[in-house]
Amino acid sequence: MDTAANIVEQPANPVYDKDEVVIHIKGLKKSFGSKHVLKNINLDLKRGENVVVLGKSGQGKSVTIQCIVGLLKPDEGELTVFGEDVALMSDDELKQLRNKIGFLFQGGALYDSMTVRENLEFPLTRVLKLRDQNEINKRVEEVLDGVGLLDAIDKMPSDLSGGMRKRVGLARTLIVNPEIMLYDEPTTGLDPITSREISELILNMQKKYKISSVIITHDMECARITSDRVVVMNEGEYIAEGSFDELKTSDNEIVRSFFKEQS
Amino acid sequence: MTEEVIPAWKRWLEGIGEQCVFFMRFVRNIFTGGFEWSEFVRQCYEIGYRSIMLVGITSFIMGVVLILQLRPTMVEFGAESMLPRTLSIALIREIGPVITAIICAGKISSSIGAELGSMKVTEQIDAMEVSGANPIQYLVVTRIIAASIMIPLLTLIGDVIGLFGGFIAVNLTDDISLSLYFTKCMAILEFSDFLPAFIKTIFFGFAIGFIGCYKGYNSNKGTESVGVAANSAVVTASLWIFVIDAIAVQITNLLYYQ
Repeated sequence: MDTAANIVEQPANPVYDKDEVVIHIKGLKKSFGSKHVLKNINLDLKRGENVVVLGKSGQGKSVTIQCIVGLLKPDEGELTVFGEDVALMSDDELKQLRNKIGFLFQGGALYDSMTVRENLEFPLTRVLKLRDQNEINKRVEEVLDGVGLLDAIDKMPSDLSGGMRKRVGLARTLIVNPEIMLYDEPTTGLDPITSREISELILNMQKKYKISSVIITHDMECARITSDRVVVMNEGEYIAEGSFDELKTSDNEIVRSFFKEQS
Repeated sequence: MTEEVIPAWKRWLEGIGEQCVFFMRFVRNIFTGGFEWSEFVRQCYEIGYRSIMLVGITSFIMGVVLILQLRPTMVEFGAESMLPRTLSIALIREIGPVITAIICAGKISSSIGAELGSMKVTEQIDAMEVSGANPIQYLVVTRIIAASIMIPLLTLIGDVIGLFGGFIAVNLTDDISLSLYFTKCMAILEFSDFLPAFIKTIFFGFAIGFIGCYKGYNSNKGTESVGVAANSAVVTASLWIFVIDAIAVQITNLLYYQ
């Protein structure tokens, strides 16, 4: 994972204000029919910060980050990214915003009719509108080298293991130098060694390029490695917030239950 | 009972509304942004080239079967020599376009529905959307336009192969040369037989591509929804083909035969 630092040539945010709030969520509510998934979500993500969201399955963790990128529209509440209200954005504005946000899906979401190379070329030619094939090849090879998968460049996604898919998915997201990364359970389904490698890669990205990240996970080892701050979610609400070590000794039984296995 | 009927109507109307919105997104994306030429060419290959065998075999059999079915009746009226003309009129005007479209609805619409449905389930479409790329432009516009162009071409190929099938069937009992057979086939045909039939196949192709894309793109996020999307795409596209055909016949009659 040492090579992770080479993923992009230029730091995405060389000069930054660490107190700048890049994502601001207040009183966010979202329902699907009669099911109230998000009841009252409040979260501020500062620039260069890694926030881990912990919670049981079906508590609305993924719904929260889908609202952030505008895949879902919240029913109520404030949700601003870089100071702009996501719900009020036009399609073009949303597209511009998405160019600055990377989203790593649970299964990697690789385009299965394309090779790894074509998967990585896709955002370069469609989003960054690069036309110079030499420049494209250089960036693709750099980013793949960064996740340790240069050998898999001409393979199809069906030929890759779960961990390799996630790495390629991460490479595809990082290739456009996002300012914010949203990780939807980045280590689910991976063996402990690969999970640790992915977690360290996430941490390296944040440290090196000051990418702000929201990491949704059940994996306490991933939370320990990557988090600057941990938020615990239960029944559509955030019930606790603090550093990993602070929450470990929390009085709240639900919060403590997440750390039981860890200890 | 009434409570059940109202939601069903509501769902149906919502479905119509969603299809209109999807259509508008398709139209808007044809004219905005760059056209995905490489994906369009790939879709033309998948939809067109890879369907030639199926359309060819089906059309050949239709040509043979039609001649074998027509023959006893025609012989009874002493109109055996009219067999090539009858076949060509039936095949060019109606049977060729409809059979080709129905076969393609089964093959192409279901395949598009399943492919896009599977991409939806595995979050590939969401990934495209959140990356700032345009999934409608890449996935939908290319497939619908490719289907609208390839179905008419497949129909033309199917018509020729169907007529050739008719030639083989006629020669089972009679002896007629290929040139005489095709001369007889073409002698009866007019511009008004070709043009409306050709134009309606463009609409058939559009319906096949559009329904496949709509069903796949809007499928639910569950494994079974891939099957539902594919199945629903075939059924709806087939139904639309008959509706378009009925409308096309009425318009053709109004324009040319009244």
